[in-house]
Amino acid sequence: MNIDLTETTSSKINSALIKARRSIGSPAVGMVLTLVIVTDEGNHYDALKAASDASREHPSRILVVIKRPGRSPRDRRSARLDAEVRVGGESGTGEIVLLRLHGELADHAESVVLPLLLPDAPVVVWWPEDAPANPAEDLLGQLAARRITDAAATEDPVAALGLRAATYAPGDTDLAWTRITPWRSVLAAALDQKQAAVKGAVVEGEAYNPSTELLGLWLARRLGVPVRRKVSDGPGITAVRLATADGEICLDRPTGSLAELAIPGQPDRHVALQRRATSDLIAEELRRLDPDEAYAAAVKFGVDRLAHAEETAEPAAAAAGTGQDGGSGKKAAAR
Amino acid sequence: MSSANPLRDASDRRLPRIAGPSGLVIFGVTGDLSRKKLMPAVYDLANRGLLPPGFSLVGFARRDWADEDFAQVVHDSVKEHARTPFREEVWQQLSEGMRFVPGDFGDDQAFEKLRATVDELDKARGTGGNFAFYLSVPPKFFPSVVQQLKKHGLSDPPEGSWRRAVIEKPFGHDLASAQELNRVVHQVFRSAEVFRIDHYLGKETVQNILALRFANTMFEPLWNRSYVDHVQITMAEDIGIGGRAGYYDGIGAARDVIQNHLLQLLALTAMEEPSCFEATSLVQEKLKVLQAVRLPGDLGGHTVRGQYAHGWQGGEEVLGYLEEEGIDAKSRTDTYAAIKLGIDNRRWAGVPFYLRAGKRLGRRVTEIAVVFQRAPHSPFDNTATEELGQNALVIRVQPDEGVTIRFGSKVPGTSMEIRDVTMDFAYGESFTESSPEAYERLILDVLLGDANLFPRPQEVEESWRILDPIEEYWDRHGKPEQYTAGTWGPKAADEMLARDGRSWRRP
Repeated sequence: MNIDLTETTSSKINSALIKARRSIGSPAVGMVLTLVIVTDEGNHYDALKAASDASREHPSRILVVIKRPGRSPRDRRSARLDAEVRVGGESGTGEIVLLRLHGELADHAESVVLPLLLPDAPVVVWWPEDAPANPAEDLLGQLAARRITDAAATEDPVAALGLRAATYAPGDTDLAWTRITPWRSVLAAALDQKQAAVKGAVVEGEAYNPSTELLGLWLARRLGVPVRRKVSDGPGITAVRLATADGEICLDRPTGSLAELAIPGQPDRHVALQRRATSDLIAEELRRLDPDEAYAAAVKFGVDRLAHAEETAEPAAAAAGTGQDGGSGKKAAAR
Repeated sequence: MSSANPLRDASDRRLPRIAGPSGLVIFGVTGDLSRKKLMPAVYDLANRGLLPPGFSLVGFARRDWADEDFAQVVHDSVKEHARTPFREEVWQQLSEGMRFVPGDFGDDQAFEKLRATVDELDKARGTGGNFAFYLSVPPKFFPSVVQQLKKHGLSDPPEGSWRRAVIEKPFGHDLASAQELNRVVHQVFRSAEVFRIDHYLGKETVQNILALRFANTMFEPLWNRSYVDHVQITMAEDIGIGGRAGYYDGIGAARDVIQNHLLQLLALTAMEEPSCFEATSLVQEKLKVLQAVRLPGDLGGHTVRGQYAHGWQGGEEVLGYLEEEGIDAKSRTDTYAAIKLGIDNRRWAGVPFYLRAGKRLGRRVTEIAVVFQRAPHSPFDNTATEELGQNALVIRVQPDEGVTIRFGSKVPGTSMEIRDVTMDFAYGESFTESSPEAYERLILDVLLGDANLFPRPQEVEESWRILDPIEEYWDRHGKPEQYTAGTWGPKAADEMLARDGRSWRRP
């Protein structure tokens, strides 16, 4: 059931939600979280689709905050809240509320969202693009236990990683990190099978693909070896090579779905490494709502510690820099 | 899993537990269980990225198949029964490691070929000598299969690797046969390398019994004789014996499910808190409670067995047990069994545990109902609480997994009237992850060598010790009462509870 509300308030939206629930005959269900999606008119459709796909198996309340600050000074001075409540039918077992914040109200989204949060359930905020510089300080971000950004959706992904590192607070996470979970688990499994000291590593991937950088950072930090970043034609990450005394452990994915794992002294094997849809990524994010320490450690390691392919590698253990800014990271990806 | 691996980190909780290099050999690969559960579970594990690169699956059966024919059979069963969507690249990864060995269990040549296949996989796929042998065959073949494995050197792991045996119920049909079976298997495989599958223990809801009891504070204080009136554990099936006449006749409901599934559920419901969540501590506590189980003094009055009779079930006319094909018209096998057990310890003394299991009952359901005592005093008058039953906590094991709490609540209106209401937690609705199938979890645990969810031989033997006197009594006295198919069992079962002033829950 859909209810359209114009020039409304949060409390009227709450009443509409209860009314809609009653009318489809299920006055109470155990919803597990509130997902707030902060987006604009142009992008909300895709984001909402991914979120509702991801939450198919569990009912959650999805609040889509669409900011419409207005173009003319007159529009910007006015303030109006329009809402669309969707319960049942296509929205599955959960509830969806589209909130359109006009004029001045666009700067006060938290005042609209706060009364609509589910009691006692965790809150997740997702910025599909245009994330604030400091998510944890953002007024909406402050409401949330989990803040999801996406470095890949920014103009300068590598600079974005630097910014995420500088402003990291527990609960932050980035979809660029989520995308590499399958790579990381295969690489960890490969080292389970081949217990050899790794001397150095190379990560290869498309330009403007922050996941490649993050994977490199993770390897550099965990292995304590120099890691080089090489630009390839993609799609996404194309290969990881770990140098050991016996030869190279190589995980190679030229086509974006089936990868080949080569370990010295062992037969080459195929590994399914599909590039995943946004809904899968969001589903993975919603699985765990505690701070992701592994992400924090990797992103804070600092993008400028990755050597570019042509440069001589600098041992990661020797690089002691801490403060990372966007500028130095930009270099690595731009070339 | 090596702790020396620098890419592994305990705080990195996204990385799943992936099994090390290994392969799975399934005997009896053409059977129903294998096609409907094992093969789909292997695919689902691969699809979730939990199998190691190079994982290999070997089928062994008396069929004239090549590797490709076997792969086709697996492909079909995966397409039909797998839980997760079919993806070509996952299939490709998996199918490269599929082999088939045709032959009989007595056939030395076939086992030589199996050995050669295992060696070939170590070279071609890097399985590292680690193999689990899944005996999805009737128990009478266990001795010959394990002896063949030993004879052809398949049960001895090369240095630094493992060989494991996985066996399915029934684990014998009484204490003596269970001990004999354990002896046969343990001659060849070390006790710690034998995994007994009780697929109930792989179910999320069953694992959740421990979480519910020991991770929360609000249930455990009530979980004893001061507050609990009695416990009912039910496992009802709506199907008959189907084509399993040969297996089922002479075994019966009590041996088929009470001995393993229901007594395991009882142990988990009644056990004390283990000192840690590890196989040895869990077994210790489960054994303690199974050893404290006491049979009723009057076996005639507190056990009931039945046989389903011709009737209508859910809109279908169905045959009675004695009319089923392959069943002797004079068979005394129980298709329904209900027993009352006590537990002699401080926590449970005087609290009866009623266990019932049967085929062709009202619907398919497995649940544990902990029924609480009535309030010792009620300030409300009798008319107000006329419709109030006993409080209950129900763990729904299958289907519709979840937990229900039943308690009284005031009916809206001007008069004081209290009626039962329920509060419900459904697994399907409260988590972002869908529950894996029991077999997925159990196969992964076998490959990882994690024995938490597998009954150990002592537990199996202890369960037979509980059931044997009942079966002996039944052998000597009377015969099963007939009950109409599609109902909730024989009248004697209702009378058995009525004598205690209680009644069965309608699940």
